[in-house]
Amino acid sequence: MSRALGPFAAVLSRDLLLAWRGRADVLVTLAFFVVVVCLFPFGVGAEPNLLRTIAPGVLWVAALLSTLLSLHRLFAQDHADGTLEQLLLTPEPTVLWVVAKISAHWIATGLPLVVVAPGLALLFDVEQGALGVLILSLALGTPILALLGAVGAALTLGLRGGGMLLALLVLPLFVPVLIFGAGAVDAYLSGSGAQAHLLLLGGGLLASLALAPLACAAALRIAVE
Amino acid sequence: MKDMQKPERSKSLFRFAAPQMFYPLAGKLAPWFAGVAAILAAIGMWLGFFVAPTDAVQGEVYRVIYIHVAAAWMSMFVYLVMAFWSFVGLVMNTRLSFIMSQALAPTGAMFCFVALWTGALWGKPTWGAYWVWDARLTSQLLLLFLYLGFMALTRAIEDPRRADKAGAIIALVGAVNVPIIYFSVKWWNTLHQGASVSLNKAPSMATTMLTGMLVMALAAWAYTIAVTLWRVRSLILERERHTDWVIAELNAQEGKV
Amino acid sequence: MLYANALACVKGDRPLFRGLSLRVAPGDLLRVAGPNGFGKTSLLRILCGLAMPESGEIRWNDVPINSDRESYHRALLYLGHAPSLNDLLTPLENLRFACSSGGDKVDEDACIDALVRIGLAQQLDLPARVLSQGQRRRVGLARLFLEADRKLWILDEPFTALDVAAVADLTATLSEHCAAGGMVVLTTHQDAPFAKAPAVLDLAEVAC
Repeated sequence: MSRALGPFAAVLSRDLLLAWRGRADVLVTLAFFVVVVCLFPFGVGAEPNLLRTIAPGVLWVAALLSTLLSLHRLFAQDHADGTLEQLLLTPEPTVLWVVAKISAHWIATGLPLVVVAPGLALLFDVEQGALGVLILSLALGTPILALLGAVGAALTLGLRGGGMLLALLVLPLFVPVLIFGAGAVDAYLSGSGAQAHLLLLGGGLLASLALAPLACAAALRIAVE
Repeated sequence: MKDMQKPERSKSLFRFAAPQMFYPLAGKLAPWFAGVAAILAAIGMWLGFFVAPTDAVQGEVYRVIYIHVAAAWMSMFVYLVMAFWSFVGLVMNTRLSFIMSQALAPTGAMFCFVALWTGALWGKPTWGAYWVWDARLTSQLLLLFLYLGFMALTRAIEDPRRADKAGAIIALVGAVNVPIIYFSVKWWNTLHQGASVSLNKAPSMATTMLTGMLVMALAAWAYTIAVTLWRVRSLILERERHTDWVIAELNAQEGKV
Repeated sequence: MLYANALACVKGDRPLFRGLSLRVAPGDLLRVAGPNGFGKTSLLRILCGLAMPESGEIRWNDVPINSDRESYHRALLYLGHAPSLNDLLTPLENLRFACSSGGDKVDEDACIDALVRIGLAQQLDLPARVLSQGQRRRVGLARLFLEADRKLWILDEPFTALDVAAVADLTATLSEHCAAGGMVVLTTHQDAPFAKAPAVLDLAEVAC
């Protein structure tokens, strides 16, 4: 057991250390999230009722786009410098360190979004009671985005125009997460309760945790071949 | 030593010979399916546009469903078949399966587009707008994006072996997600606009209408098979252009012309 | 023992070699030779299991490597063209990660010793991006001092960008590994001063 955890812990701690040393990139992703959210009032007008209505959707779409923005970094550096080959040659199962990499990536790029989102929600005058639901929906939903996105990132590794291709591949897959994530907040605000949405997001997280790393590992093997 | 070499040889024969065997077979079958498709389409059109009665509520406009429904069915079905061949390809490592799924994709995308287009044409007189965010239309749109993603990915990768496998993975990931997307969109739709006109309230069908639609669906099947076989043939030629049999084949064709 | 039978390799649509068989027994050092573009790196990657051959099979201790990937990769150390260094980490951090992600327990002192021995005593705490080509190369090679347990070493151009003294030290290490029952497969352009001349596999002979 501890032997299998060795590579997992090694990859997780290294990627977190790298995220810390390259924290400018992380901050750019976060700044992008904030700026996109702040653009919407300029586009649709500052009418408070309208802003309140669209807030969950706006926050979720912005979170989704900033996730997308950072996805291509997930394997690109390791692919370029040969680390990926070494990782594929570790005796332990590939999915282990794939999960470690995705976890580190989410902690570095997804978690900050979850933390910042309530503050942005206040800019849209979202009822304070709904902030908890917003945090919860993002905390459950953004890991799904990272897991699904990792498959796309692995498939488009090293391709010309990979970034645009990645967006085309994963955005349709993100739609259910968007629906249930933003829907959770909407449902809470409309008084029907967010429980069903959050449960579905939780189920989606478990399912993608079980399946996406497998697809991602297979895609990585193909990418280095 | 000998017993080690034997399975090797039969495996490589299996992998190399299959496209070579399939090429002439596909060439023989494709025209038949094309013919069947043309005849069925003619019958279906005739039933749909001349025999079937005018709809009491929607008038003549509803007749677009003879194309719309067949295209929508086919677009979903083709994606499943694509995912099936991708799965077979990944498990058995057979090239022909990958070629099959890549040959199917453009036809599926085309049907998807036709379904959206005719849906919009139908929507304008019925709903008063070319596009409403109806659950079916929306999931059809997302399906089109999945097709486009698959085709873009397989074309972006230069190495055919990597393209095959990467495409297969995204096809399978998409296939797992299609039902999830469909149900989430449906749920979203009922929450957000329960009152709007829905395709569910299709007029009760006369028998001729149903027959017409089924005939059109069969025509779409035959068309898909014919076009896919032709596309498989050209993909095989492209992939195997360095092999002796393809060079011989091309020389023979040139000789005929 | 590493055994490969009737390997064929196709890159894109270009066939590189066909009918390549080789056998590496404990104590053997095999040098893969051939001009550029004849598939030396492709062969090494196929032997590692990173790439699939067009046809043919590879066995490790009489088991096909696909059916028991784990024990094969536990015995294998591959150092490829790219030195697998992350620019933001120091040589020491890179080396420790390379070992621990490979599933080996290594303590920090052993890593420092290895880096000092290969001549990077001054660079232990510098980020890898300031190292020269030769120094980057050495960080990867330092693993050889730590991973003698891994029986099979597959090395792609290990001598590139090394000075004379480092080349001599490396050849000594390789010979030692073989003497202790290890196996080495390597590619190289230059003639290294091996005590015992290595067996040579010339890819030009099996080229398509």
